[in-house]
Amino acid sequence: MSRIRQCFEKLKADGQTALIPYITAGDPEPWVTVSILHALVDAGANILELGIPFSDPMSDGPVIQKACERALKNDVSLHDVLDIVRQFREKDTETPIVLMGYANPLEAMGYKEFAINAQKVGVDGVLTVDMPPEESDEFLSIMDEHDIDTIFLVAPTTSVERMAKIAQYARGFIYYVSIKGVTGTASLDVAEVTEKMATLRQCTDLPLGVGFGIRDGKSAAEVAEIADAVVVGSALVRCIEEHASRPEELPAALAGLLAEMRHAMNTNATAK
Amino acid sequence: MAEQLDNYDSYPDDRGHFGSYGGRFVGETLMEAIYALEEAYNRYKNDADFQAEMDKDLADFVGRPSPIYLAENWTGKLGGAQIYLKREDLNHTGAHKVNNTIGQALLAKRMGKKRIIAETGAGQHGVATATVAARLGMECVVYMGAEDVQRQAMNVYRMKLLGAEVIPVESGSRTLKDALNEALRDWVTNVDETFYIIGTVAGPHPYPAMVRDFQSIIGREARNQILTATGRLPDALVACIGGGSNAIGLFHPFLKDESVAMYGVEGAGHGIETGQHSAPLCAGTPGVLHGNRTYLMQDDNGQIIETHSISAGLDYPGVGPEHAWLKDIGRAQYVSVTDDEALQAFHDLTRTEGIIPALESSHALAYASKLAPTMSAEKILLVNLSGRGDKDMHTVAALAGLNF
Repeated sequence: MSRIRQCFEKLKADGQTALIPYITAGDPEPWVTVSILHALVDAGANILELGIPFSDPMSDGPVIQKACERALKNDVSLHDVLDIVRQFREKDTETPIVLMGYANPLEAMGYKEFAINAQKVGVDGVLTVDMPPEESDEFLSIMDEHDIDTIFLVAPTTSVERMAKIAQYARGFIYYVSIKGVTGTASLDVAEVTEKMATLRQCTDLPLGVGFGIRDGKSAAEVAEIADAVVVGSALVRCIEEHASRPEELPAALAGLLAEMRHAMNTNATAK
Repeated sequence: MAEQLDNYDSYPDDRGHFGSYGGRFVGETLMEAIYALEEAYNRYKNDADFQAEMDKDLADFVGRPSPIYLAENWTGKLGGAQIYLKREDLNHTGAHKVNNTIGQALLAKRMGKKRIIAETGAGQHGVATATVAARLGMECVVYMGAEDVQRQAMNVYRMKLLGAEVIPVESGSRTLKDALNEALRDWVTNVDETFYIIGTVAGPHPYPAMVRDFQSIIGREARNQILTATGRLPDALVACIGGGSNAIGLFHPFLKDESVAMYGVEGAGHGIETGQHSAPLCAGTPGVLHGNRTYLMQDDNGQIIETHSISAGLDYPGVGPEHAWLKDIGRAQYVSVTDDEALQAFHDLTRTEGIIPALESSHALAYASKLAPTMSAEKILLVNLSGRGDKDMHTVAALAGLNF
């Protein structure tokens, strides 16, 4: 059984919602990323989403765009991202890791070589923002061969027909993008998300994560009531930006932010 | 070795692919929007009312057909093939770009969209978009790299006069590719009410096919005009390539004419060997950017690298996917000329023919000036003069040490 599936089954048994933090690998300095990942797990992260820096992150807002620019200043490549996962796995063999990024760095490495390397270092899933199911046939079959879950996005604009198609290609979990827009720019509307999630549940048995627009404990707790996973990215990356000149403070600072969300989610769940 | 196909019109396939190029590589939020656009385009492209409205605008508003012009002085000076120029520089707004913005804006109107966005490099597409938006009474936002805003100040002012909001893009290399990123971000955020007019044959399907179709009027007219004027087809076509819309517009109606050679001319900048250029077809590798798979300027890790060209309109790290495919099957040849060579051609044409060409088009002229002397005097070379040079006065004057 894949680590991602195991993780969701255990959480379900415990009546908990997964908390998935996103950071861009190598931001602001490559050496601090592994420590940040461990600190996030200690603060309550269940799955880690690690961004592959890309020069042209078209689906991201200014916050993550700048994170990519900081990482690329240090020439952080896909090879380096995989090496960060390898180092993380020296101490943590349980927490699933999902790589998130754009198609071109994967194409440059080659799908096959990527899959072999990713499997070897302990990557569990990959989300390619600009590779919809229409362009994913070859990618999907190679990832399947190497037991890497392909995570897909569903958007507020996605029709029911497309949801069904995406469900056929999706492995691990499905990531619902809660707003029309790029990352980190707006707050989500819980009622609207609730309605879409209900439709999506009719198309798939996979766990559903919600992301884009979750910025604090309150919004995390609200989303936790309707989703199987809460994804938080820009709020953390904004904290990285503020600490860019003091990277040694980041593991503690990010852990503090995430712990607040975890606490809000758990308190809310207990109160019900 | 050219592989002669006779079914060029059946590309792209129904998934938007030209061989392994093209496709629909965008985030999920935009997928329904590009399907809706494809459906609307397929409905209207053969619709008699739509075509009539477009033809009328192209005739009365743009001034089509644009003539072909035998550049006798320049031909005489170069000594070789006769050089004909397709005068897209005479179009309203000064370049071929308006052929496409008319088509897309009319489509936007039929789709009930009230807001138009566009990206621009040299500013020609931005001006052409702002122009049609003004006429149709639509809100218009143009994204332009901050670097380009500086070097094309005149066009920025033209867009503002026309009522468009010009947003300088400060991210990345602050040029055309970053403007495209920002326009895509705007589209994702305002997808319901917004129509994105892409200015070249790039982006996700159906843009490369749709923009090609709108620009093919260049080649259709030129083919008839040259047959009328000379009684035969040209021996070679020459056009500059940034994203490749003026080139594909000229080439496409000639693809089945096996005897017609085609040369797409990229910007070699300071020289291909310096790495400071904008020539993905000549010196790049295939990858995925801005919605399609094509040749890109990228490093070994798949990061897009910064480009350079004296001409803002060529300063782009990708190229339309149909060109990538035509290169691989050998139907068209892709070459490059440097900033200096383009500048020389700019001055030569200005002095010998009294026509001031755009710096983009000067790349095509520079290659034609190399090609013509290798051909005999009965041969015919047809060059797309895609735009006029008024917008480039600042750039050229600055090189001569002048400031306005």
